[in-house]
Amino acid sequence: MSNVPADLKYSSDHEWVRVEDDGSAVVGITDHAQGALGDLVFVEAPEPGSVFASGEAFGVVESVKAASDMLCPFGGEVLGVNSALDDTPELVNTDPYGDGWLIRMQPADTTELDGLMDAAAYEQFLEEA
Amino acid sequence: MSDKLIFEHSRSGRRASAQAPLAATANDLPEKFLRRSPPLLPEVSELQTVRHYTRLSQKNFSIDTHFYPLGSCTMKYNPRACNQLAMLPGFLARHPLGPESHGQGFMSCMYELQEMLKAVTGMKEVSLTPMAGAQGEFAGVAMIRAYHRSRNDNDRNEILVPDAAHGTNPATATMCGYSTREIPTGKNGDVDIEALKAAVGPQTAGIMLTNPSTVGVFDRSIQEMSRIVHSAGGLLYYDGANLNAILGKVAPGDMGFDVIHMNLHKTFSTPHGGGGPGSGAVGVGDRLKEFLPLPVVGKDGDRYRWLTEADFPQSIGRLSAFMGNAGVLLRAYVYMRLLGRKGMERVSENAALGANYLMKKLQDAGFELAYPERRASHEFIVTLKKEKSELGVTAMDFAKCLLDHGYHAPTTYFPLLVPECLLIEPTECEAKEDLDGFVAAMIAIREQAKTDPEKVKGAPYTMPVRRLDDVRAARQLDLRWQPGAEN
Repeated sequence: MSNVPADLKYSSDHEWVRVEDDGSAVVGITDHAQGALGDLVFVEAPEPGSVFASGEAFGVVESVKAASDMLCPFGGEVLGVNSALDDTPELVNTDPYGDGWLIRMQPADTTELDGLMDAAAYEQFLEEA
Repeated sequence: MSDKLIFEHSRSGRRASAQAPLAATANDLPEKFLRRSPPLLPEVSELQTVRHYTRLSQKNFSIDTHFYPLGSCTMKYNPRACNQLAMLPGFLARHPLGPESHGQGFMSCMYELQEMLKAVTGMKEVSLTPMAGAQGEFAGVAMIRAYHRSRNDNDRNEILVPDAAHGTNPATATMCGYSTREIPTGKNGDVDIEALKAAVGPQTAGIMLTNPSTVGVFDRSIQEMSRIVHSAGGLLYYDGANLNAILGKVAPGDMGFDVIHMNLHKTFSTPHGGGGPGSGAVGVGDRLKEFLPLPVVGKDGDRYRWLTEADFPQSIGRLSAFMGNAGVLLRAYVYMRLLGRKGMERVSENAALGANYLMKKLQDAGFELAYPERRASHEFIVTLKKEKSELGVTAMDFAKCLLDHGYHAPTTYFPLLVPECLLIEPTECEAKEDLDGFVAAMIAIREQAKTDPEKVKGAPYTMPVRRLDDVRAARQLDLRWQPGAEN
C-alpha cells in the first residue's frame, strides 16, 4: 500500500498540501501518484510569482509512461519552486513528501483548503478508486 | 549481442563500387557555401553493407514475422498486391508537375478514393492531402476554427477532449490556438454525459472524440453528445484511429460528426509503426466543405482536374507538396478496390470477432478485464493490477516476457485511466490458433510469475537487447555517433 502521512491534506488529483506556520502551503504529488506515473524524467514548474486558480494546471510531470498536468489544489500565488527537480526529478519518486516537493504557494483564500481531504479520507478515496 | 554500427565497420579508403561518389558536377556553388572537411560517412565494402543491413532487417519484430496485437495501432497484414500495384511504372514515373492530361489515370484513382471514403464515412467531401494522422487532426481542427471565424463567432476558445483520448488530440487543439478541457470517462467506459453537459458553453469550439474509444468500447451516447455539443454551437471532430472497428457498419457522418480524419495507412493498409509515411485524409460534412485543405481532385465530364484556391477560396490552405503521400494513397485505393463493400464489412466483423474471442479466452483464463460488462469493439483492455499486487509483476514485465514467447507486446499503460493495462488489438487477420497461442503465453507468464517472479522481471532474454533503460533514454537524448567517443 502507498504511504499516506497523517499530517497532510490531499486533493482528488493525488496532490498533497502541507500548511506551514507562516500561512504558506507546500504542494507535492502523493506516493500513490508517483507510483502510478512511474519513473519521472522531467518536471515543468511555474515561475515564482505566477497566480493560479483552484483546479488550474500549474505544471507538468513527465514519466516514462506519460505526461500529466499538475492541478492547483487551491488558488494562490507561487512563492517558490523546488529547483532541485530540474536535474533530479527522481526525487519525486524516492521522497514524494520530502525532497520531492513541487511548489510553495500563498493561498488566496484559506477556506479552499478546508475542501481538501485528510489522510483517512484520502486512504478511503484510494480504496474506492 | 548487439551488432556494430555501420560506422564501426569503417576503414579508411575502403569503398563499395555501387556507392562510390560520382565526380563532382556542381561546380558553380559559391565558395562560402562549400564545406571545408569531407562529410563523415562510413567507408565499407558492398558485401559489408549488404550483410549489415540484412542482419538488421532480420532483427525486425514485425507483422510479417510475428503476431502484433499493439492496441490502437491496427497492425494488420499489408497485402503484397497493394504494394505491387501502387508501384506500377506509370505511377512511379509520373511527375507531379506534369500537366493534368498526363496524369488522368492517377487522378482517377484519387478521385475514386475520395468517393469511396465519402461512402464509407458518410461525409460530404474528402481531401487526401494531409501527410499523416497528426496533420489530419490539425487540418480538422483548423477547419473548425476557420468555420467559427467565418461566422464572426470569435469567442470560442476551448476544445473538449475526453480523458481517454490519444495525446495527439489535446496537442492538436493547442497547436490550433485552443485551450483544452478534459471530460471524464464513466465507469462503464462511455463519456460522462453529465460532465459534458456541465462543460459545454459559448466558449466551446468543438469536441474531439474517438468512437469506438481508446478503452475499446463503442460510446452508446454519441447521438446525445452530438446534440449537446451542436446545440451549444460547437462542432464534432472524429478521430479515425479506430475506424477499423466500424468499417461498413456505421458511418461517422451518421453519428453527427462534422469532420473526421482517417489514418489510411492503418485502416487501409500500408506498412506502418515505424514513423511513416502515413496519410491523414480528412472528410467533412456540409458545414466545413468550403474550408478543405487543397488540392482536391474534381471531375468535369470525363476529365479529372485539380481543385484549387479558385474553387475553394476559404480553404485552410496547403499542407503538403502536391497530393500528400501519393504512394500511401494508392495503396489505400488498391486495398479498398480489392475488398469492395462486402470485404470492408468483413474487416470490421472479423476485427470485432477476433477481439471478443481473445477477450473471452483471457477472461476465462482468470485475467481481469477493465470493462467486463462491455462487448469489445476491435480492441479491449486487460488490467494486471491484481498480478502486480499479488505477484509483484507489472504490465511492463508481461509485455517484455511476451517478446520471449514470440508475440509483440500489446500497448502498455495506455489509456492512462486504467492501471497496469494492456490494450490488445488482434486485428482481423489472425488465425484462431495464433490467438490461442497468445492466451497460452499469457497464462504461462503468470504461472512463471508465481514460481519465479524475478525471472519474469528480467525479461526479455531472447531479444537482441535486454530490458532497455527507459529513464536514461528519456533524459539523455544525445544519439549522435561520433568517432572515438565511448558508445
